[in-house]
Amino acid sequence: MTDKRINLEVNGEALEASPGQMLIEVTDKANIYIPRFCYHDKLSIAANCRMCLVEVEGANKPVPACATPVAPDMKVHTRSPYAIAAQKATMEFLLINHPLDCPICDQGGECELQDLAMGYGRDVSRFSEGKRSVKDENLGPLVSTDMTRCIHCTRCVRFGEEIAGIQELGTMGRGEHMRISTYVAKTVDHELSGNIIDLCPVGALNNKPYRFAARAWEMEQRESIAPHDCVGSNIYAHVLRGVVKRVVPRPNEAVNETWLSDRDRFSYEGIYSEDRLKVPMVKENGVWQERSWEDALEHVALKLRQSGSDIGALVSPSSTCEEAWIINRLFEHAGSADLDSRLRRTDFHDQNNDPVYPSLGIPIAELEQQQGVLLVGSDLRREAPILAHRLRKAALKGCSVGVLNAVDHPYLFTVADTHIVEPDEWCATLAGLVVAAGGELPPALASMSNVSSSGSVDYLKHAPSLILLGQMAQRHPAFGTLRYLAAVLAQLTGATLGYVTDGANTAGVSLAGVLPHRSAGGKPRPEVGHNVLSMRPKTLLLVNVESVTDLSDQIDRNAIRQAAETVVAFTPYAPDTLLDDADVLLPIGTWAETSGTFVNVAGLWQSFTGVSNPVGAARPAWKVLRVLANLLKVPDSDYESSAAVLAEMRGHCESALMNNMPEFVAPESSLAERSTEISELEVSLYQGDNIVRRATALQKTQQASHERPAALVSSSTVEALNGG
Amino acid sequence: MATEHPMLSEHVRAEIDRWVAKFPPGKQRSAVISALHAVQHDNRGYLTEELMQAVAEYLDMPVIQVYEVAAFYSMFEAKPVGRCSISVCTNIACMLRGSDEILQHIENRLGIKEGESTADGKFYLRREEECLAACNNAPMLMINHKYHENLTTQKVDELLDAAATEDSK
Ligand code: SF4
Ligand code: FES
Ligand code: FES
Repeated sequence: MTDKRINLEVNGEALEASPGQMLIEVTDKANIYIPRFCYHDKLSIAANCRMCLVEVEGANKPVPACATPVAPDMKVHTRSPYAIAAQKATMEFLLINHPLDCPICDQGGECELQDLAMGYGRDVSRFSEGKRSVKDENLGPLVSTDMTRCIHCTRCVRFGEEIAGIQELGTMGRGEHMRISTYVAKTVDHELSGNIIDLCPVGALNNKPYRFAARAWEMEQRESIAPHDCVGSNIYAHVLRGVVKRVVPRPNEAVNETWLSDRDRFSYEGIYSEDRLKVPMVKENGVWQERSWEDALEHVALKLRQSGSDIGALVSPSSTCEEAWIINRLFEHAGSADLDSRLRRTDFHDQNNDPVYPSLGIPIAELEQQQGVLLVGSDLRREAPILAHRLRKAALKGCSVGVLNAVDHPYLFTVADTHIVEPDEWCATLAGLVVAAGGELPPALASMSNVSSSGSVDYLKHAPSLILLGQMAQRHPAFGTLRYLAAVLAQLTGATLGYVTDGANTAGVSLAGVLPHRSAGGKPRPEVGHNVLSMRPKTLLLVNVESVTDLSDQIDRNAIRQAAETVVAFTPYAPDTLLDDADVLLPIGTWAETSGTFVNVAGLWQSFTGVSNPVGAARPAWKVLRVLANLLKVPDSDYESSAAVLAEMRGHCESALMNNMPEFVAPESSLAERSTEISELEVSLYQGDNIVRRATALQKTQQASHERPAALVSSSTVEALNGG
Repeated sequence: MATEHPMLSEHVRAEIDRWVAKFPPGKQRSAVISALHAVQHDNRGYLTEELMQAVAEYLDMPVIQVYEVAAFYSMFEAKPVGRCSISVCTNIACMLRGSDEILQHIENRLGIKEGESTADGKFYLRREEECLAACNNAPMLMINHKYHENLTTQKVDELLDAAATEDSK
């Protein structure tokens, strides 16, 4: 690109542009509106709808603004009678085959075609022949189809090819017979597939769970933050009479661009699951009794008081900062450090190497600029679909991506360096890469067998580069060793070390001090408490945790249950597991019913307010915790708002930097004490937290049912199949 | 790009390779139309999903793009059809010169309508063929890949007889 600027004139206004820019980019930036259907700034240019025709002086016909590069001294008219006549003619053609079913179309009221037809359409159709109709296809439980409405802009097709990386929809046939289809009647299965709903300018592709649930103009649009992964995608909740009807992305280039993962888009169904807990309940002599909030909280306060410092808490990493902060204060007041939010982690021996808060190490958008990335024990497409999309963009621009995993997951780009070995071999493989990069292993690791130095990680030497410890690495029984080796490799190659963290707010709950070894802002605790595996408190608090699925297999539930006299669950739901395990159930609101703050994996603090009415008597968890803190006489716990809680917490976090490279202490032994299977490390795409597990449409998807497609088998299985 | 494929015969692969060689390296998918022709011919006149999948694998391209090409061009058949394909041009020049009558005659003789195949799997009468650029000798039709011009019903009969004999060989 040269930096020569081009001067042109649009509607008499002088504009500047860079060579190679398309006219529509320049006018969009100058806020001059040109109608369009097929153009989308995140997709390649197709120029097939012709709605953007404009007049360029000297050209002998109207030209499409989306596909016409700017030229010096170009004189453009977007609203001249000539341009408007062309636009109207296009509109007339588009409407020839478009059904007049706006009154029963979910897109009605927010339809680009409807809007533009208002501006450019004729009142009366001159077309008296029969309109075509197109058979619908079942694209799966998330996207509904009314293909007769399609105007063949091909945005959905280009999305598959260019953004998702797997083209599932195509244009079949031609002329009047053209239709958008998968051809073989398969479902659309990519984890970002819901975005074609937003891209489709008409009502052809729509939100299936939302079908006929509300009209666009009746709903309120409220801002929030998506609660299911560490990205913190910005969202709008569309709310009708206090009920969330759907969720759509809120553009934020620094975070999710204009996209949203299916998990974040469709999980809201879980808010209204049938097993919502509607009132506080206390188990008396084995029988559950409904209680008023006041009674229930008094009861809990009493138990906590009686237990003194013998209390413990397991806190979901998707809890808000405000919730985490009050929990930390409660525990400091009681003199207990038995609280943990690293619920699926199993190796804590090197927890002093933990950063103040685990992060990506770089801003999310910078993922795209990386030259080399090594993914250690990460199934990135499931862990954080938006990060996987950014990484794919980097890879398409030439970034070399290496993978250390037990399963060769399809990444939808070419992986430059693949190490598919069983989890028990991960340490040795990573050690081999350290040796290959010219590093030395510390004495404790030097005796490791199977270290092969034949690999090469030269691609990590081209800055900027990144080594990412995925969620599976963090759950690995030798996580400490893996992390140490990754850190050494990062030092040797100049790469940044980063984490893909669990839940929506691992960074925030860490900063709030919901850890046995660290207090607010990462300050070391004078006395290190028990972690998630070792705690056996008399009174146990479970915050947004359902005993089975949210914890690692390594937790001895029986021992915890036997030691605990009282288990208090702060939970939106009352599943059987909690009815069995808990003694008190306190109904708390989901993300939609509370205000709060998540710190995303890039250290971005994002606050949100409640968007919907609480279900039953559920209360925001931070308020419930505040009342408890008041009852327990925690000093200065009379917070007026969640903002006040946050302000206090932030005061303790000012010096917390995004730095994953503390002074590393080398591990003292090389290998994990136990062997592990990949199945123990994985959490499937739609099982990660209590809300997603209850999102019915997501649970019906292929990804939810075929968790492990037949083609994806681990290396040991392949060996077994090959006869050893 | 694959060099072998269980679904593709050696002969078909050689034909595809010949076309691939005409394009710059890495642009092998440009050979998709020729590849589909070869595969369709080898399969006696039509494509199957498995065959299109095979072409996609052989040319290392998304299978949906092979479907798109096959669905776009009317010379590809994606459902089983008769082995001998008859295309009667019914566009303007041929129409003025009596193509309706020719079409009617074929329909009567074979007992099928446009778009159908005969029960014995011999003949396939394609739907509504557009101008095949032989207007100067209209009316015309195409049997498999061969043009036949200046048609009369009698000439059509001879052609169909010849085709039937050819087919039973
Ligand atoms: S379905 Fe929608 S997005 Fe896809 S081509 Fe049709 S109008 Fe465009
Ligand atoms: S927006 Fe330019 S042709 Fe569609
Ligand atoms: S009209 Fe029949 S060949 Fe041209």
